Amino acid sequence: MKELVVLSGKGGTGKTSIVGSLAALAEDKILADCDVDAADLHLLLEPVVRQKNEFWSGQVAVIDGEKCTQCGLCEELCHFEAIKDFTVDPVSCEGCGFCCHICPVEAITMKENLSGHWFISDTRYGPLVHARLGIAQENSGKLVALVRQQAREMAEKQGAAFIISDGPPGIGCPVTSSLSGASLALLVTEPTLSGIHDLERVIGVCRHFGVPALVCINKHDINEENSRRIEDYCREQGIEVAARIPFDNIVTEAMVKSLPVVQYDSDSPVSRQIKRLWQNIAGRLSAN
Amino acid sequence: MIISVASGKGGTGKTLVATSLAFSLKSRQPVQLLDCDVEEPNDHIFLKPVITQKEAVCIQVPKVDEEKCTHCGLCAEICAYNAIAVLPDRVMVFPELCHGCGACSYLCPEKAITEEGRETGVVEWGDADGIDFVQGRINVGEAMAPPAIRQVRERANADGVVIIDVPPGTSCPVVEAIKGSHFCLLVTEPTPFGFNDLVLAVETVRELNIPLAVVLNRAGGEYHKVEEYCLKENIPILLTIPLDTGIARIYSRGVTLAEGMPETQEMFILLWDEIRKILDEGTGSLKR
Repeated sequence: MKELVVLSGKGGTGKTSIVGSLAALAEDKILADCDVDAADLHLLLEPVVRQKNEFWSGQVAVIDGEKCTQCGLCEELCHFEAIKDFTVDPVSCEGCGFCCHICPVEAITMKENLSGHWFISDTRYGPLVHARLGIAQENSGKLVALVRQQAREMAEKQGAAFIISDGPPGIGCPVTSSLSGASLALLVTEPTLSGIHDLERVIGVCRHFGVPALVCINKHDINEENSRRIEDYCREQGIEVAARIPFDNIVTEAMVKSLPVVQYDSDSPVSRQIKRLWQNIAGRLSAN
Repeated sequence: MIISVASGKGGTGKTLVATSLAFSLKSRQPVQLLDCDVEEPNDHIFLKPVITQKEAVCIQVPKVDEEKCTHCGLCAEICAYNAIAVLPDRVMVFPELCHGCGACSYLCPEKAITEEGRETGVVEWGDADGIDFVQGRINVGEAMAPPAIRQVRERANADGVVIIDVPPGTSCPVVEAIKGSHFCLLVTEPTPFGFNDLVLAVETVRELNIPLAVVLNRAGGEYHKVEEYCLKENIPILLTIPLDTGIARIYSRGVTLAEGMPETQEMFILLWDEIRKILDEGTGSLKR
């Protein structure tokens, strides 16, 4: 079983639109949405939730006002400035439990924290594992790891050939959690200076984790000169540019209709590029 | 006065709005721009600051003196992040899991643990043609963004206007970047993805009790759910930027809108005046 993760560094380059189309094109796969704090893949796949689970993760300190003698030691020692006026700000609290250990009158307890939910759903393109991190919650990396683990278990049970994961933007904790141990990363970029800058950093992360990468330039005709720069850079880095997708409003039109673009208009230039991209990816995944 | 520019979904135009607002205001008053998207900072591409100073972002991780250590195991027991394992004959520290809470070194009965800084990124600052510029950047391969964001935020000079470019999403890095600001602008686009993530972003900002308003980018087209939602939720849309390939091209070259189309500066100054008015009247969008 091979796992493809789709990343970009910069947000809004088209990861989810492309994953939606790959979902429609690929057979014999499990889908995973690893963007747990602003997930959008469900808007294209319209999942029917089969199983909803709670995600309990981390703890938050709670001060018992009755017992507290207002000595201020916890506030002084907290490294996250989460305690003010003898109350804990749950948003700032990182759940380390330091305050709970040092309180001389044992007025602080640690409370388990419901950080979100994860789901196993059916879509018209096969099973999807996805999640929803609670508002302003931490531990997105752990929730991503859980989504991937569930997807892997399902893939093994069903003997699926592929896992296709929609990754989060950036290069931090949820991204490293989405990437480590994957078979291949598809990096979706756009020909803007921001897109190029962010692509270089996400290529660095792939290298750090030893995951081979493939690049797709989305909206390549917005700036042909920058597209050439990306191609030159990728050539230097020994990374293949596997698709050049033109800018086309059809992608938004398909999104409004809750359809992957390859289903909305399978003959459009955008769809033709994505189909070729999937052939390339499937070939790479099956080969190694 | 601290104004944060956030979005939920990536790629909706946070950087465009933050840099153009700073660029338009700089001739009228002192402006500081803090780029808190430390995973993928892009503001420097548009504002081309001359960086004059930098400091490392360090997390204080434990260092165990094996001479003093009795392998009692207390540190491993209290560590909420499993960053220390105590074996019969030695102690293993996993620095990349450590959040730097300081509990182990404080609580070690033998005083065998000291803290040493582990560099995870950098904060840099300087002048960008009249804009006081600060940015943070985590090292490639690092997972934890909040410490770098906190260090950028510490440089805020609230005497003037402080504009914060926030990372995408709704989880801990976003909260770290936004909290303590006086006002939050949420940049979105009229697509199902933009709308879905706007709703999540609104919930996050309301959780922090910060007044907010929306900037609608790439406006036009048939999709009107964002406007309908804002009307229903009593959220003002303070600025509408049309979908325009000319604007996209200027952005792709790394030029901010207010510089590339100077006639738009008036629009950003008006945006600022509207924010001032809302704050002066105390009518923000705190109503639930």
